[in-house]
Amino acid sequence: MKLDFLKRKKWVRLELSNQDVKEAAALREAAGLKQSLSTPAVKPEVNSGEVKTAQNVTAAPKAPGPDEAACPGCGAIHSKQRWERSFKVCDQCGKHGRINSKERVAHLVDQGTFSPIAKEVTSIDPLAFPGYKEKLDKAMIQSEAGDAVLTVTGRINGIPAALFIMEPDFMMGSLGSAAGERITRLIETAIENRLPVIGFCASGGARMQEGILSLMQMAKTSAALGRLSAEGLPYIAVLTDPTTGGVTASYAMLGDVILAEPGALIGFAGQRVIEQTIRQSLPDGFQRAEFLVEKGFVDRIVHRAEMKAVLAKLLRLHGFAPALAEAAATVSATTTDTAVNLQGGEAHVS
Amino acid sequence: MSHKLDFEKPIFELEEKIQGLRQFAEDNDLDLSAEVRKLEDKVSELRRETFSGLSAWDCVRLARHPGRPTTLDFIDGIFDDFMELKGDRAYSDDPAMVGGLALLDGVPVTVLGHQKGRDTLENIRRNFGMPHPEGYRKALRLMQQAEKFGRPVVTFIDTAGAYCGLGAEERGQGHAIASNLIAMAGLKVPVISVVIGEGGSGGALGIGVADRVAMLSSAVYSVISPEGLSSILWKDATKASEAAAVMKMTARDIEALGVIDAIIEEPLGGAHRHQAETVEAAGKWIKQTLGELRAMPLETLLEARYDKYRGMGQYEG
Repeated sequence: MKLDFLKRKKWVRLELSNQDVKEAAALREAAGLKQSLSTPAVKPEVNSGEVKTAQNVTAAPKAPGPDEAACPGCGAIHSKQRWERSFKVCDQCGKHGRINSKERVAHLVDQGTFSPIAKEVTSIDPLAFPGYKEKLDKAMIQSEAGDAVLTVTGRINGIPAALFIMEPDFMMGSLGSAAGERITRLIETAIENRLPVIGFCASGGARMQEGILSLMQMAKTSAALGRLSAEGLPYIAVLTDPTTGGVTASYAMLGDVILAEPGALIGFAGQRVIEQTIRQSLPDGFQRAEFLVEKGFVDRIVHRAEMKAVLAKLLRLHGFAPALAEAAATVSATTTDTAVNLQGGEAHVS
Repeated sequence: MSHKLDFEKPIFELEEKIQGLRQFAEDNDLDLSAEVRKLEDKVSELRRETFSGLSAWDCVRLARHPGRPTTLDFIDGIFDDFMELKGDRAYSDDPAMVGGLALLDGVPVTVLGHQKGRDTLENIRRNFGMPHPEGYRKALRLMQQAEKFGRPVVTFIDTAGAYCGLGAEERGQGHAIASNLIAMAGLKVPVISVVIGEGGSGGALGIGVADRVAMLSSAVYSVISPEGLSSILWKDATKASEAAAVMKMTARDIEALGVIDAIIEEPLGGAHRHQAETVEAAGKWIKQTLGELRAMPLETLLEARYDKYRGMGQYEG
């Protein structure tokens, strides 16, 4: 079985119609933004008729210099500045590089509107699991998020929302007790304040160092989402690379709307486990975002550059409006060189 | 008994010795009852010793023992008038998950569970008790019907895990399990689960969100298989016994972590050697627990179920 849909489809742009782009641009214009949605820096090359993907672009052997970054998909060398400016999306192959929760917040949440929820909740070592404490200490240094998920309230093009953003830099976004508690508290905050919930998933699955307690976080977060749903509040799940294991088998798949970034690996079982089970190698594109759209488990693929506009539009379509009086003041461009001070709980653009 | 575990061997040897002595006494018309009694005391003591000092890995092997009672054995032994219902109404039936209607003390209930085979042929047909998405969707269909008709739900958990294959991924294994978690968390009827053998990760939890959860005393419940943990952690699948110990997956461990409500004691010697007594013990607990749950107002029941899962996990802050 050879799946060639990745080559067949102009996958990066296919899912956003001209109408959407126009509307999104109008939305940003209304908010006083000049920057167009599809900046040339991130617009993929689709004119040639064949879309280049991580699969069919030969990796460049060159190593990146000190001020350069190599695309994890095709190996193309970008200047660091350009790589950051394009939110780590490669303009050669369209690959969406992994970004951390801090970068994601800077990209998505209106400047000055972000406030963390349950930041005080952190992991402990309930099973006295060998080596876990050391891993946690290391992860604390690697990521400012404090655990595998960052939970905040903030505005998206002026619309108030509750967001959880999983942190790939913290033990590969693995779901343990602290992450489960943070997400649950965020959902409960959303219920109290009648906010929509947006969840960015990126996870290797349940955190095995917390054993059965990690597994139970799947039940706990699902129960909280059940309450959100009963309140008539929407939950939008955004699946980014990678979304696997226990996260896929719980809140990643429970969105009223499920979006995904291009090329994201999304699945229940890991690819190596499946290959060992069936004793054959997997077809190209298996468990990629495009595959899940084809199979009916994801609503649409959204390019990172369009994400904020698409989310804002979805929220409006669910009846949520910008907090008008302050909208003009709080909505700002997601420009280059953004930085978020997570410790202070304030987003600012420097 | 063809499938003997190493720690059982001294017990089997002693039992054979007693059997031999009895036979010898009978054949030669001798009175060796005093000797037999002495050996029987010894074997009882040995059983007690062995089964009170089981390691986590011993429990894993007991939980996987092919001689253990399966879901259908529990259904047959505890419920009356079981009628199996099949299919997810979307794609197919999944023989790795069984379910249907039955009476429990005259009360209609919906009962379902993972089903392992009792021999190789049946195991192949039932995919060794590892469901595809259709199994979870069938379970969901039956649970939603239970809610509609006000029937309590009883589930039996016994799986190495949800199946990891191409078709399972294509048809949304993650989505199927997730849908069950959210549905069971809010199901407007009492829900009871018993881990009767292997509680393998998301595939187990997919029918395991309940008001009350019990484990048989040598059942196991874990986030990943010990082999899986060992190969990820130590790049060595042969250290599964160590992995089982550090993961805290035995009934006693899981109870101490606050994840289950009760342990159903298997007779000394294990469920695989005492099927009927094990089924009876589970039946007793289920009947008593269901009685308690049915006496609770629905709102209280749902609030308590939410609070129970809301409180799971250990963290700082």
